[in-house]
Amino acid sequence: MTTEYDLNGRKAIVTGAAKGIGRAVAERFLKSGASVDIWDRDGAALAATAEELSKLGPVHPCVLDIAHGHEVEGGVADAIDHWGGIDILVTCAGILGQVCPTPDYPEDEWHRVIEIHLTGTFLCARAASRHMLEQGYGRIVTLSSDSGKEGTANMPAYSAAKAGIIGLTRGMAREFATRGVTVNSISPTIIDTEMGREAAKDFGEKALSRIPMKRYGQPEEIAAMVAWLCSEEASFTSGTIFDATGGRSHY
Amino acid sequence: MNRIDLEGRVALVTGGVQGIGRAIAERLLRSGAAVTIWDLNEERLAEAGKALSKLGPCETDKVDVTDPSAVQAGIEALVAKRGTLNILVNNAGILGKVAPTLEQEDVDWTRTVDILLTGTFWVSRAALPPMLEAGWGRIVNIASVSGKEGTPNMPAYSAAKAGVIGLTKSMARELGESGISVNCITPAAIETDLVRNTTPEHHEYMLRNIPMGRFGQVEEIASLAAWLCSADCSFTTGGVFDASGARSSY
Repeated sequence: MTTEYDLNGRKAIVTGAAKGIGRAVAERFLKSGASVDIWDRDGAALAATAEELSKLGPVHPCVLDIAHGHEVEGGVADAIDHWGGIDILVTCAGILGQVCPTPDYPEDEWHRVIEIHLTGTFLCARAASRHMLEQGYGRIVTLSSDSGKEGTANMPAYSAAKAGIIGLTRGMAREFATRGVTVNSISPTIIDTEMGREAAKDFGEKALSRIPMKRYGQPEEIAAMVAWLCSEEASFTSGTIFDATGGRSHY
Repeated sequence: MNRIDLEGRVALVTGGVQGIGRAIAERLLRSGAAVTIWDLNEERLAEAGKALSKLGPCETDKVDVTDPSAVQAGIEALVAKRGTLNILVNNAGILGKVAPTLEQEDVDWTRTVDILLTGTFWVSRAALPPMLEAGWGRIVNIASVSGKEGTPNMPAYSAAKAGVIGLTKSMARELGESGISVNCITPAAIETDLVRNTTPEHHEYMLRNIPMGRFGQVEEIASLAAWLCSADCSFTTGGVFDASGARSSY
């Protein structure tokens, strides 16, 4: 027997779902009884993922760029149209951005990283929360990062964007507190995904030595935590940052 | 309802006869664990043991968590009976005297810190050997938002709960590679007798600070605690899991 989260009948949007953490979340949701709208801007990767995931349950792929408000509004409207509503939003879409010293950090790259992580998370949450508030129930989980709490050297945009997501999560949580919609965030350290392995190349042994468990996380471990937070039972927890860093995080 | 898999696990819940502890014991039993509850009042232990036994294998023992030798003997008796110990929930607690610092007597401070903080340490220390032997364990400490933010007129409670958070993080780092995770939960006020029996002014203070505009229910804490005790919670240790209706500011 394994733990089974009760997401029966729930309709979810998962961004960045073609690969990595987003894909693992979509997979766990499907195994938990939810219908899942999977979003990504990489159409080919998303189509392949949709084909595999559809063996587990009802999946609806949507190719869009979360950094563009009109695309996000269209995607949410499309998801509501397709499933008849939206109960859950998980924002996993993200990029590492360039890893380089701040004095040399390009302006374009700064804007790109902030737009995808922070603005993208805002745009998705804004569009989905409108519907959730109307129905008086919703679960929003954002993906932040240990970098947003503690700051990572040579990743000024990523660290700032992830810290921004933490602030956004808390702000929305308080705003929605009495209206049935919880907003929480998970802040992982390096996770064993394509993007995580890319980060590990840059930080290598130093990053691992700072994780008391002495290993990187697996996407399935994040997915389990997301699934609990998205269940109906997670009803008195909002505006919080759940840690998934193998003991690394300080607060 | 989520079905948390604790099949075959052996658990200890301190302060298990009522409130949050009782709800946690219930949820662990429903999730397949064998549960021992500790408390001080024999009559209430007997009542709780009888009721909880309907849900699964439940034992009771009268153990004072402020007495290290009694704690040691209690753990040894538990392991002799069940063969091991996989899960510990340190929940036993009191609010202590709610009054300005200048009105707090020596004994008010000592008693509160002894039960909440020192008791958590005694029980955790005694529980480690069987967990280390098994290479797997889950320790969940019930801390409080008071330990993060400080509650006026509750100096001992706030300090002891902050201490529990520090102890959680320290043990988590020490045990990082051991297969044992140590996490804590920081609830805001939960609707239990502890909270119901405070003064109307304090009651109003606690409620005003919770953005959800309500007290938490014991089942909401039990749900989170059960998840933290499961194999699904595998990459988090030293974590402070908030259940405060959006109150906590960090």
